[in-house]
Amino acid sequence: MTFYLIVFMVAMAFSGSMAIQSDRFTNPFVTVKNSVIAFFEWIGDLGIFCGRLMRVAFVPPYEGREILRQLEAVGPKSFMLVALAGAATGVVLSLQTRDSLTRMGAGSLLPSVIVTSLITEMGPVITGLMVSGRVGAGIGAELGSMKVTEQIDAMEASAVNPYKFLVWTRVLACVLMLPLLTLAADLFGILGGWAANTLMEPISLRLFIENGFKTVTFNDFFPTTFKTAIFGFIIGSVSSFQGMRTQGGTEGVGRSATSSVVLCSLFIILADVLLVRIIQVLFP
Amino acid sequence: MKNSGENNEPQSNEPAVVIRDLCKSFGRQNVLKGIGLTVAGGETVVVLGRSGTGKSVLLKLLIGLQKADSGSIRIEGQEITTLHFKELNQVRKKIGFLFQQAALYDSLSIEENVAFPLDRHSDLQSAERKERVRALLETVGMEQHGKKLPSQISGGMKKRVGLARALALEPEIMLFDEPTAGLDPITAAEINQLILRLHEKRKITSIVVTHDIRGARTVSHRLVLLNEGSIVAQGTFEELKKNQNPFVAQFLLGNS
Repeated sequence: MTFYLIVFMVAMAFSGSMAIQSDRFTNPFVTVKNSVIAFFEWIGDLGIFCGRLMRVAFVPPYEGREILRQLEAVGPKSFMLVALAGAATGVVLSLQTRDSLTRMGAGSLLPSVIVTSLITEMGPVITGLMVSGRVGAGIGAELGSMKVTEQIDAMEASAVNPYKFLVWTRVLACVLMLPLLTLAADLFGILGGWAANTLMEPISLRLFIENGFKTVTFNDFFPTTFKTAIFGFIIGSVSSFQGMRTQGGTEGVGRSATSSVVLCSLFIILADVLLVRIIQVLFP
Repeated sequence: MKNSGENNEPQSNEPAVVIRDLCKSFGRQNVLKGIGLTVAGGETVVVLGRSGTGKSVLLKLLIGLQKADSGSIRIEGQEITTLHFKELNQVRKKIGFLFQQAALYDSLSIEENVAFPLDRHSDLQSAERKERVRALLETVGMEQHGKKLPSQISGGMKKRVGLARALALEPEIMLFDEPTAGLDPITAAEINQLILRLHEKRKITSIVVTHDIRGARTVSHRLVLLNEGSIVAQGTFEELKKNQNPFVAQFLLGNS
């Protein structure tokens, strides 16, 4: 059932992009059929792309300088965005749940609800989506413009593997930085939640955090934070893939940037569905 | 792919480049239809032809950026159409490629662009590498601009830097894809002079793809004229002028 849902959603996303490209009317069944075929071709090409990536990942040269550059581009440069998004989520959670909990006489559970919601779900997903928007679009556009201006060809002509230098360094940076950015989103979310809460009903930060973390266990925190490494892999690989297959000049670069964001966001949400279930089974 | 157990080991005393029956198509469009061309060591061959006749594709096939449908390409005696990635990279180190738009890496400075192949394929110490980069930039008259980014220099300057980068590993063969396209006549003449100086100093084998008849006459030992995926004429400029094929006369005179 989940599989069919995934195929349907992605097919709809692809058929939407095809409809934009084509002005003339086509039979909707043909469009859906073509979209499903295009989707499976895309999945196959992505699989081959990831296979090539894995083959070059653990062989020298390790491109340390480029990895550091990408770590900086993904991590510190996304910090403010993720922190703000996390803080806003914390404030909204506090405002939305406060009334319901108070009405049920469970107002004292508010810190716990905010902290648990942020750590287990909101923080990781908000971080994934924010980084998809900022970093995914950036990678798609940068590699896309390198492709159409023959810079990737020039790299290959210099006997340098672009999968190693351009793609692996970006994927690794996303994988390593997403869990750290998630911690930042969680932290600022909790601070935002506390600030919103304390405006209504003053409570010390220490007491808020003590109450909030009372019910949080290792299984709530560790797997849910580190599942974002998989989100990082999705962002790095999907956006690099879209960038590396860019065609059609500057228009193609724009399409790659847009499709990178759309597909990364979509796959993060779909992956989250699977990961939540896997975590529930493995860390009961 | 033609590979009837041919010897892939480099053969001495062979011409620098030997192309036989080379075919390449994109979908239903046959771009190259059985091209055959031999380039001797130290020779400069200019490939002329109308837009879309497969001149740039020919260069990309020579460096393995695209795969031929059939035919043979031997570089310094080594068949390259059947090579795997690692072996192909060894051959690529012997070849310099100047791209049509120079293809400088936007995020790297001019110096870093030129140092890029050296950082990965040379055993030079840091100081020696810096000196090599400086010397290469001096060769193309760009030593004053090393710290700039590609976006801060003109098209002609980019071509010069692209040339310096292509020369970084001291290649034995140079491929030039439209080296003077989009440049004013003075800058185009300067680039042509650079190509000539390169030949005089280093005796590099060069294949130049261009539309610039004047430049072609300046730099070439031999001209090859492509039309609809086939070679229609080759020889020196004077020989081509005497050629009876109406397309050759039309192309050289620029008549419509």
